[in-house]
Order: sequence, then structure tokens, then C-alpha cells
Amino acid sequence: MFDLNWATVLLQSAPLIIAVCGETISERVGVVNLSLDGSMLISAMTGFVAAYLSGSALVGFLAAAAVGAFFAFIVAYGSLALRLSQVAVGFVLTLLGDSLSAFLGQDFTRLPGPWVPKLPIPVLKDLPVIGPVFFNQDAMVYFTLLLVAATYWWIFKSRPGLELRSTGERPEAAFARGVHVRRLRYLYAMVGGALIGIAGAAYSLDVKIGWAEGHTRGLGWIALAVVIFGGWSPLRGALGVLLLVGVRSWIGIYLQPTAGADSTVVILNALPWLLMLVVLLVVSGKFTGSLIANAPPRLKRPLQRLLQVAPPAALGADLKEG
Amino acid sequence: MKGWAWLERIWPSVPILSALALTSLLLLAFGTSPVVAFGAIWEGVFSTPERMLTALAFWIPLLLSAAGLLVTFQAGLWNIGIEGQFILGALGASWVALSLHLPAPLQITLEILAGIAAGALWAGVAALLKRWGVHEIFGGLALNNLAIILTNYLIAGPWQPPEGGSFRGTVPFHEDAILPLLGSTRFSPLSLVLAAFAFGLVVLALRNSAWGLRLKALGRNPRSAFLLGVSSNREALLAMLFCGALAGLGGAVRVLSWFDSLRQSISGGIGYLALMVVILAGFRLYLTPLVALFFASVLSGSIVLQLRTQLHSSLGDILTGVMVLFVLLFGDFARIRNLFKSRGSKEDV
Repeated sequence: MFDLNWATVLLQSAPLIIAVCGETISERVGVVNLSLDGSMLISAMTGFVAAYLSGSALVGFLAAAAVGAFFAFIVAYGSLALRLSQVAVGFVLTLLGDSLSAFLGQDFTRLPGPWVPKLPIPVLKDLPVIGPVFFNQDAMVYFTLLLVAATYWWIFKSRPGLELRSTGERPEAAFARGVHVRRLRYLYAMVGGALIGIAGAAYSLDVKIGWAEGHTRGLGWIALAVVIFGGWSPLRGALGVLLLVGVRSWIGIYLQPTAGADSTVVILNALPWLLMLVVLLVVSGKFTGSLIANAPPRLKRPLQRLLQVAPPAALGADLKEG
Repeated sequence: MKGWAWLERIWPSVPILSALALTSLLLLAFGTSPVVAFGAIWEGVFSTPERMLTALAFWIPLLLSAAGLLVTFQAGLWNIGIEGQFILGALGASWVALSLHLPAPLQITLEILAGIAAGALWAGVAALLKRWGVHEIFGGLALNNLAIILTNYLIAGPWQPPEGGSFRGTVPFHEDAILPLLGSTRFSPLSLVLAAFAFGLVVLALRNSAWGLRLKALGRNPRSAFLLGVSSNREALLAMLFCGALAGLGGAVRVLSWFDSLRQSISGGIGYLALMVVILAGFRLYLTPLVALFFASVLSGSIVLQLRTQLHSSLGDILTGVMVLFVLLFGDFARIRNLFKSRGSKEDV
């Protein structure tokens, strides 16, 4: 397990980690952006096309962020202004993002385009063990590492983060304390959407360079499940992604010689979805509750912290102004 | 208020026309005349009787799935897993088609029953997962992808054609295993009978049964339904099984008439489309078959569009998708009026 190429695992995890951070921010403030899979597809396409036409990967990332924020705005507007179900709007946008990306990107499939160049950090990259993993990467990976730390700090340690969480947990109380509930929900949903857009571009410009129809299809749903596994914490979510990608690479390397190529492909494809079911069963299922209830008293609290998660109390709910 | 009444009357057409306008702009941006493009779609549906029957053949599995979703939506469930239930239905029917060779009536009956059972099975798994705490959206999504992986595995492995490694599909089913088709089209009158029967069953269940009422109570207000003695677990499971059975029937019809063998993309997203159909129909019972017919027409017409203009056939999905989005967002006139009323009076919250 430990002789995996952790630098590659980190690189391949980075886009999903960005998406998980974005969705976590959005859900922490109370907006479920279920369009994640479609948002990521359309921004992966936009990012690639913008970078291809301008010759600059940075332009691609900016365009992708704008598209992601726009999709998130539609979800937030439907929920906050029109009081529609976030799930319904998000689902429609998921499919629309998928078909729009197929149509708009049809002339740009399988072309060579710009990508994010490697950017080793002098001195640090020569550190033993951690040097090659963390400091011999590209700007997107550094951004991801900083993002996880910053998101964690912002949500759990800063004063605006307190307002963010109170908006997602007790919007009425936050409103009474003078928090601009609606404004914050729009703002953080769109920030989260922009990050989801960046995650899409991180695929088409860095990890899976190029564009083809359905380029990132399915990954968005995995990110949505990881947000739950992560207990709406960016740190735990990032660990979840690393674990998933790590296990996949491990299977790819060690199972293939024994199980043969065909069944390895089946196992590799099925793995994320099986893990999704198992993990969600563990963190939100009823078995875990009874398991913890029967555990020795000293272990109860740590087990609960490790295994059980609860969503923000007002996730997807409306603000009742009275 | 007179002005409002006038606006209210024409309002339902506004989101639909806006969707057409937006799609037209998209076409213009790609250098294609909207008249030519929409004309090609029209031609793809109505130019010959064969094409009309093709649209009908596409409509039937879509209608079956959408009818099932009416039941789960009534119970307040988001059965995204319908795509997988549809695929499992196709797998169940294919399994019988490939392993038995009986006289046609018996063969087809068994195939359809296998499809129904397999669809219900997959829905049952999603319902069980929900009971154990996994939301039906995530359980369903995972099961959809597992169904696709299972299909690919069967095609490349156990059900592989004898001549070897084709990833595209199984051998064609023998003649007695396929639904009786009309002329040289993929339309089977029998499937129309099945769909009409299934839809009638849904109408009966939702409009004229105590069960339908319990589902409605569950969907509208789970807490008071619980206080009234409605068992949410039991009703949710039954609703899911019912929907899965209809989706499975849809998958069976699809593989036994539209195709004649199990293919890799056997569903091609019909389950997801059915969700869009029901959302566009506003969850209304009698509007659902019509909206499904509209979807089936646009999407089967888009194939001619691709042949004629070299544009990607996903244009049909965009037209319908934008329409669903606009109708969902702006279709309800009262909602929009409230939006403008509240703007003047309320402070920014």
C-alpha cells in the first residue's frame, strides 16, 4: 500500500478534492448543488475550449469558474427566490450541463491543448519522502492543498465561517442576529460553484488533458457522496478522496497480475460505486448507531466522531421569515 | 388586475417559447438556420409512417418509466435509480431470451415477467438502502452505474457471442424471442397494449385507491402521515417496487423491440429522460403521456437532424432540457407574481 506513487495519487485526487471543497461550502450554508456532475462537465468543456482558443490555461480556469458559479446561481435563485426544490433544479441542470457540453464542445474533441506545467518548488522538493509528493507538483495541486487548509480554517475557525455555518444550521437564529442569510447563501453557493467549475477545468487542463463527450461523467456524483462521507468537512472530504484514489491505484497495480485484465477493469469500474454504498451505509446508516450503542463507554465518543456524520440542520430548507 | 388575467392566460407558453428562442440562438451560433434544424426534426418524426412509428416505439418505454415515477414522486421519493431499474429489466428479458427457446407466446411472457422482476429487484435494493439510511438519490445513482457495469461485464464475458470478443452486444435473439413488430419498423403493437394497461394501473392506483391516498399523505407530509398510521417504510418500499416493475417492463420492451440483442448502452438515459418528462408535466397524471410523446418525437427526430446538418444530436436533449428548466423556474405564474410583489415591500434579507 505504501509503495504507491503518492505524487500521482495526489495529482489525480486534486480535482475531486476541489469539487468536494466547493460543494462542502455550498452545503454548509444550506444550498445543495446537486448539479455538480453536469456543472463539472460543462466547465471542463468550457475550460478546455477557452484555454485552447486563448492559448492560456489560466483563462480556461477563469472561464470554467464563471460557468460553475452561473450554474450554482441558477440553483440558488430557484431555491431562494422561487422557492423551488433544490434537488429538482439541480437534477435538471445535471442533465442539461451534460448535453450542453456535448453539443458546444463538439468541434473541440480530442485536440491537443494547453495544460498546467509542472512547477517544482526549489529546496522543498528535495525533502525526503514529502518533497516529491507535495513539492514536485504543479500549480493546480498547490492550489488544492492551500484550498483545503483555507476552506477548513474559514468554515471552522473564522468569524465569517461562524456566520456561514449558522446560516446552514439555524437560519432563523442567524437572521435574528443580523446575518444576511439570503446574501450569504447566494455568495457561498456561487463560490462553491466556481470551485466546482475549477475542478472541471482541472480535469480537462491537467489530470485528463483534453475534451471528449462525457469527459468527467460520474465523477461529480462521487464528489457529492464524498461530501457526505467527509461529514461536511473539507479536511475529512480530502482524505476520503485520497483514500478512494489510493485504493483504486493499489488495485490497478496489485490485483491486475493475479485477477487478469478483464476482471480488474470490472472491479475498478464498480469500486467507487460499491464504496459509495458501503461508506454511506456506515456514516448515515442505522447499523452504525446500534454498533456504537453497544460499544464500551470509553469508545463511544471517538467511534461516533469517526463513523457518524450529520448534515447541516437547515440543508435545503427555506428561511421562514416571520 | 385585468392586465394580470391576460398575462396569466398566455403565461404557460412563455417558458416554452423562450426555450425555443434560446435553442435557436445556439443553432445560429453554430451557423445553422433554426428553420432548417427544426424542420429536420419535424421531418424526422412526421415525414413517413415508418418514422412516426419509430417515434412511438421510442415513446413506449419512456412512458412506462414516467408512469412508474408518478407513483414514487407521489410518495415523495426521488427515484433516480430508475435508469438502473430500466437496464435491469433489459438484462432480465435478455437472460430469458438467450437461455430459453419456447413457443413465442410463452417465451415472450417469460421474458417480460423476468424484466419486471429484475426491475423490481433493483428498486427493492434502493428501497432497502433507503431504509438503512442511504438517500435514494445516492443509492439509486450507485445502482445505475453498477447496472451499466454489469451489462458491460455480461456482454464481454458470460453472454459474449461465440465468435468472440465483441464489446458491442450479444448475439441477436431468435425470432420467437422478439416482440411481434409492425412491418419493417421497431414498433410493436403488443408493447402499446402493455403500456396502456400499465398506465391505466397507475391511474387506478393513484386516483382510485386507498394506497394512492396513503402515498400522497406520505409525500405531502411524512410526519402527519406517520401520525395517521401510514408506515413510511412499507409504502415507500411498495412504491419503489411498483416503479421498478414498470421501468423493468420498459427495459424489456426496449431490448425486445427497439433492439434485438443486448447492447452496451441499452437504455441510453431513458430513465433520466423519464424524470425530466415527469418534471415538465408538473407531476400531473394525464399530462405525462403527452409530454413523453413530445420528448420521444424531438429525440427521435434529432437523429435526422444529425444526418442533415452534421450537428451533434444532443441538440434535442438541449431543447427539452432548457424547456424543463424554464418551465420549472418560471412556469408557475403565481410564483412569478409573488416574486415581483415581494420585491417592492421587503427589505433585502
